[in-house]
Amino acid sequence: MEKLPYERPYIKKLTPGVMNKFGSHSGAQPFKYIDGIQVTKLIEAYGSPLFVVSESQIRRNYRSAYRAFSTRYPKVQFAWSYKTNYLNAVCQIFHSEGSWAEVVSGFEYRKALGNGVVGNKIIFNGPSKSKEDLMLAIENDSLIHIDNLEELNLLIALSENLTDKPRVAIRVNMDTGIFPAWDRFGFNYENGEAWNALTKVVSSGKLQLTGLHCHIGTYIQSTSAFGIAATKLADLALRCKTILNQTIEYLDLGGGFPSMNTLKGAYLPGTDTLPSIDDFAEEICNKLINSDFAPNELPLLILESGRALIDDAGYLLGTVLANKRLADGKRATVVDFGVNILFTSFWYDHQISPAQDFLPHTENMAIYGPLCMNIDVIRENINLPLLNPGDHLVVHKVGAYNMTQWMQFITLRPAVVLIDEQRNIHLIKAAETLDYIEENENVPGHLKAK
Amino acid sequence: MKIKKNIATSENGFVFNPATGDSFSGNAMASVILLAMKNGVNTTEIKADILKKYDVSVAQLDRDWEDWVIQLKEANLLELELNHGN
Repeated sequence: MEKLPYERPYIKKLTPGVMNKFGSHSGAQPFKYIDGIQVTKLIEAYGSPLFVVSESQIRRNYRSAYRAFSTRYPKVQFAWSYKTNYLNAVCQIFHSEGSWAEVVSGFEYRKALGNGVVGNKIIFNGPSKSKEDLMLAIENDSLIHIDNLEELNLLIALSENLTDKPRVAIRVNMDTGIFPAWDRFGFNYENGEAWNALTKVVSSGKLQLTGLHCHIGTYIQSTSAFGIAATKLADLALRCKTILNQTIEYLDLGGGFPSMNTLKGAYLPGTDTLPSIDDFAEEICNKLINSDFAPNELPLLILESGRALIDDAGYLLGTVLANKRLADGKRATVVDFGVNILFTSFWYDHQISPAQDFLPHTENMAIYGPLCMNIDVIRENINLPLLNPGDHLVVHKVGAYNMTQWMQFITLRPAVVLIDEQRNIHLIKAAETLDYIEENENVPGHLKAK
Repeated sequence: MKIKKNIATSENGFVFNPATGDSFSGNAMASVILLAMKNGVNTTEIKADILKKYDVSVAQLDRDWEDWVIQLKEANLLELELNHGN
């Protein structure tokens, strides 16, 4: 006789009288396939934990975002934000779709060159550019976005004997009605710093003022903030034209569009509350088109969106290690991925799904990572089915920042695979090894193991 | 280990404690075990019956049984057993 399916016994206290005005929770669904590939097969082949990136989803995101802007504004260019995810395979997908590269360090700059991006399609942002970095960017005719006066003065000095003027933009920070205002980057609009910097660039006669740049924040949930930013940049550009006799070729509105992840403390999921890319595009493009630019003199609109284009194309697969009851009777589940590789669990309540079928009962639990550190909490509270050691989990929307900000701490960093549009699986970054971590270490002779 | 005498259980997993007014819902496995415990079946027999009928290993069942006892204690559903030492 075939045995009945087993589920561990579980009782849940009923709390009457607390109504949920948003209706009943739909509950977790098993998530067994990513782009048609079975999750358990991926773990069998590449180990657990494992990052999985969907090429199809990246391309869908890019095309949808590009369409949102290009159908509303005549000249649009995207530049892939390297810091969001600079795995070369990922960058190449964006470049093949037409993205330029947006980099914020000499390391990222060289990575972009290595990916075959031509110099004049690299935007060099960030507050830290060495003399060597700047020389390299000048030689390659890249777009250098100046962050501070020291950088501006260094650029003028480096350009002293050049025949071709380096192409530069000024990064502008401003009050867009949101908190926090990112006034640590670039020159301020309201107090006149930005205008002074622009005047200095033009009067130096050594630099070619090509664009204006701003990046007002991250995970911005209000479209109006981008409208204000577009209006202020347009105003600066028009003043450059009328007062400095300098045509601004492009306005770079930066990034900061949210992904559909749910921020910690949010009452409703991000998918229900956040504006879409189309909403942001509508606001930005309307403001630019309705500004005082002549229709044939509208500047190129550059966008450096990162997380909104890749977050939902990344998954983290993992395995349940153990279950326990905490002092207050609450369930806790220990999994094999920690905050060292899922940095974004500090910001988001990540959606987590079991990768196998389960019976309908759910239990409120905490999910802890494998690190021997109290801060290693993936979810403080989540309703999931009764999980057993060895069960697999899928964490959703982890494509942004985790594969760049991850730390080698206590455990080794896992492999990353890409599922291409034909459902082929490619290992795009192998799992770390002890040898790799110790490669650059040196133990003095007297301390070597005998 | 015994369930309190006044606890009411139903076949579909509803548990009611008339002394406190607390009510609980349990999954299918919980209802099977609660019913057996109400009927005075001892732990060894309950476990043997589960192993016979359900697709579970001894180790897994033992592990889950420990958790089950913690849940019953937490829910205040167990008869208090005083340990009369010699």
